[in-house]
Amino acid sequence: MKDLELINNPYGDDKLISACAIFGMMDITGKPFSGEPVFEAMKNMRERGNGLGAGFAAYGIYPEFEDCYAMHIMFTTERGRMSTEEFLKPFFKVEHSEEIPTRKIEGLHNEPLVWRYFVKPNVVAEENGSTEEDYIVEKVLKINSEIEDAFVFSCGRNMGVFKGVGFPEQIADFFRLEDYEGYIWTAHSRFPTNSHAWWGGAHPFCLLNWSVVHNGEISSYGANRAFLETLGYRCVLYTDTEVMAYAVDLLMRRHGYSPEIFANVVAPPLWEEIDRMDEDHRELYTALRYVYGGLLMNGPFAVVIANQDQMIALTDRIRLRPLTAATRGNILYLSSEEAAIRLVSPELDNVWTPMGGVPVVGKLGSLPEPERSVTRRLQ
Amino acid sequence: MKPRKASDFGIRSNRLSEFSVDRDYDRCIKCEVCIRQCSFDVHYRDTEDDVIRQHPELCVGCQRCAVLCPTNALVIRQNPAGYRAHGSWSGEHIKDINIQAETGGVVLTGSGNDKQAPVYWDRLLINASQVTNPSIDPLREPMELRTYIGSKPDVVELDGEKLAAKMPPRVKLDTPIIFSALSYGAISYQVQKALAQAARELGTLYNTGEGGLHPDFYEYKDNTIVQVASGRFGVHPDYLNSASMVEIKIGQGAKPGIGGHLAGEKVSEQVSITRMIPPGTDAISPAPQHDIYSIEDLRMLIFALKEATNYRVPISVKIAAVHNAPAIASGIVRAGADVVAIDGFRGGTGAAPKVIRDNVGLPIEFALAAVDKRLRDEGIRNRVSIIAGGGIRNSGDIVKAIALGADAVYIGTAALIAVGCTLCQKCYSGKCNWGIATQNPYLAKRVNPDIARQRLVNLVTGWSHEIKEMLGGMGVNSIESLRGNRNQLRGIGLSKEELEILGVRPAGG
Repeated sequence: MKDLELINNPYGDDKLISACAIFGMMDITGKPFSGEPVFEAMKNMRERGNGLGAGFAAYGIYPEFEDCYAMHIMFTTERGRMSTEEFLKPFFKVEHSEEIPTRKIEGLHNEPLVWRYFVKPNVVAEENGSTEEDYIVEKVLKINSEIEDAFVFSCGRNMGVFKGVGFPEQIADFFRLEDYEGYIWTAHSRFPTNSHAWWGGAHPFCLLNWSVVHNGEISSYGANRAFLETLGYRCVLYTDTEVMAYAVDLLMRRHGYSPEIFANVVAPPLWEEIDRMDEDHRELYTALRYVYGGLLMNGPFAVVIANQDQMIALTDRIRLRPLTAATRGNILYLSSEEAAIRLVSPELDNVWTPMGGVPVVGKLGSLPEPERSVTRRLQ
Repeated sequence: MKPRKASDFGIRSNRLSEFSVDRDYDRCIKCEVCIRQCSFDVHYRDTEDDVIRQHPELCVGCQRCAVLCPTNALVIRQNPAGYRAHGSWSGEHIKDINIQAETGGVVLTGSGNDKQAPVYWDRLLINASQVTNPSIDPLREPMELRTYIGSKPDVVELDGEKLAAKMPPRVKLDTPIIFSALSYGAISYQVQKALAQAARELGTLYNTGEGGLHPDFYEYKDNTIVQVASGRFGVHPDYLNSASMVEIKIGQGAKPGIGGHLAGEKVSEQVSITRMIPPGTDAISPAPQHDIYSIEDLRMLIFALKEATNYRVPISVKIAAVHNAPAIASGIVRAGADVVAIDGFRGGTGAAPKVIRDNVGLPIEFALAAVDKRLRDEGIRNRVSIIAGGGIRNSGDIVKAIALGADAVYIGTAALIAVGCTLCQKCYSGKCNWGIATQNPYLAKRVNPDIARQRLVNLVTGWSHEIKEMLGGMGVNSIESLRGNRNQLRGIGLSKEELEILGVRPAGG
């Protein structure tokens, strides 16, 4: 997209400030379900957003193309679409492409053209130590920074992001999301404090299969950004969600850390807690804070992160933003407000408020246990 | 021809007194405290008239007599007469020319640059949280200043829930404030003892400078940085292994490009043992380290020191802030250093040619910002720690330094002020009336190490509290969230170029 930085941050603020509602729902058996309860729950948290951004990520929605990367691309002009398709040709085999079905919704403005492309890389990657995933990421970032009028907002396999400027129920209606079934749904509603909003700037943020919805203002943004840029990430959107998404990419995708280790980097225990650990843990946690101090996300946040295997929730280490987790049968719910969960599932097996800095991890085949004590982390 | 001093010809100096010494004779009780306190012999008893009189031309303005006078009878002030006002020839120029006309030598000075070059700390403003993120109250909630200094791997390799490899050596600081290099010789035994004890109490480090380490101080090993400088004074295996960090001193902010000179007068018996040189001889540190003529030589010394210390401690390389500091710092990192220390041109010294102190080098704010940026651009910033020093005057300066990219700061002048220094700039004379920069036992015993330790601890404790308040105000509860976080700074009254170098936006923007 042309002038991505300017589009997303027209006032040149350090970072965009927003508060939000977040919601996540996962069936740990991997059985796809309709997103209707998610839309209902989001509607119930209307006051947490202001109609300037909403979106959904859904996993398991494209079983017929599960080997392809599903690129969701928004275009502001027809020319943008043509140049993007021209760009994709030498690098990808496009198995299928179509306009994403939408409907006209009253109250939505500046709707872009949205298309999806199911692609496979043309070149066998894995050369020069770079993986197929790195190849995809590189091409996506190239489209986003170099092609005018085009923005890739989702590029995972058998998953997709749908987002735009509006209230969550409007965005769900716009994308006809009632027609999809997925086994993980995450959702977001935004309350940005500046009036400007564009469709690409809404949540979820997505890189390959990882998606992030985030409620918060990370006060350490500048330090996090400086750390990530040293490692070659380019933060062009000026949002703290972007640095969270890159931290997910670096720690969980590239380094292969578990969600627990990830949580201990972005929301580490206090030094006095680390000092009380046994020697192995003390060494480990000290090393993590020492090396990744620049990724400590300080200030209020609650985040729901997902990929094809899991859904993770985490708050900052002193828990300055709300988060509730609950389970019913095989379903894991994560939400900014318990009321939203109760609306769609009045009966719950377990419901709890996670500790600051302690991740709630739902994996295919395993539900998280509610925390029963204040004992933290791996011990 | 050997220059001769004017006094060799019996000529009285024709310099105007810099200070005026005003005695209120109604108050003076002739107790002679002023006479005993002044090592520059300003005050004397006129036995004929039985009054105390003074030689103001000898006064250095240290205020010792005025502070200790039991009846407050003394006022020491800048000589109000001064030379005739002139737009380009200040009294200082005239005085210095006279000194050189009389001596044919270099004008010496001590402590840091006192010129009006812009102090960029004063042109940076710190941010605070309102509404969208909460500020944090450090009196009620945890606020972490702990800092580790050393090199870091790019990735923490894991083996299950354990570290797969041992981490490189690092030093733990409870607060990111380190006492900078002050050598025994330049300062007294008492002051160095106070620094060592304060560092231990505060959970931080002090730095021996290039004066070796007195055996009495080996017990402070966990809080000691030992320096290896061009003179190699007092460097031996026990010395290197009595520290938790070894620092190679390439340069000093107050005198970039030149060596050091400890006058023979300050080389007492104890100093001579510690420095491993004969008593009374001048201790001359050459300008360069003569085994380092290029970066590959530095690498060899870094690894020689790592070998000598069995890879147990981080190795720091300290440079003066000079115009090409970023490239030099990059080379230092690539040469294998674990820590880069940068000393700005307002940093102090025990002795330096005045023309060098006042004209050579860079403000630490620029050097730090440029070095941090260069190391980030090259993707190697996360590997090392940066210590910035040279002109840190309060906790606000420290917060700004860390936001510009420092891991920790060095404080030297501030520490000496806490012990009693009034910046009279006569450290090189060995006659320090406050007992700090002297080896004269009569003067040195004026510093009680216990009191000095307590004052140092108080200062750093107070600053640490203030840093916590500022962090809390920004809505973060850990110092690492400030490091390199230039978003938290805004510049005021700065040009576009200056803002660009500092990497900060203008206030209001």
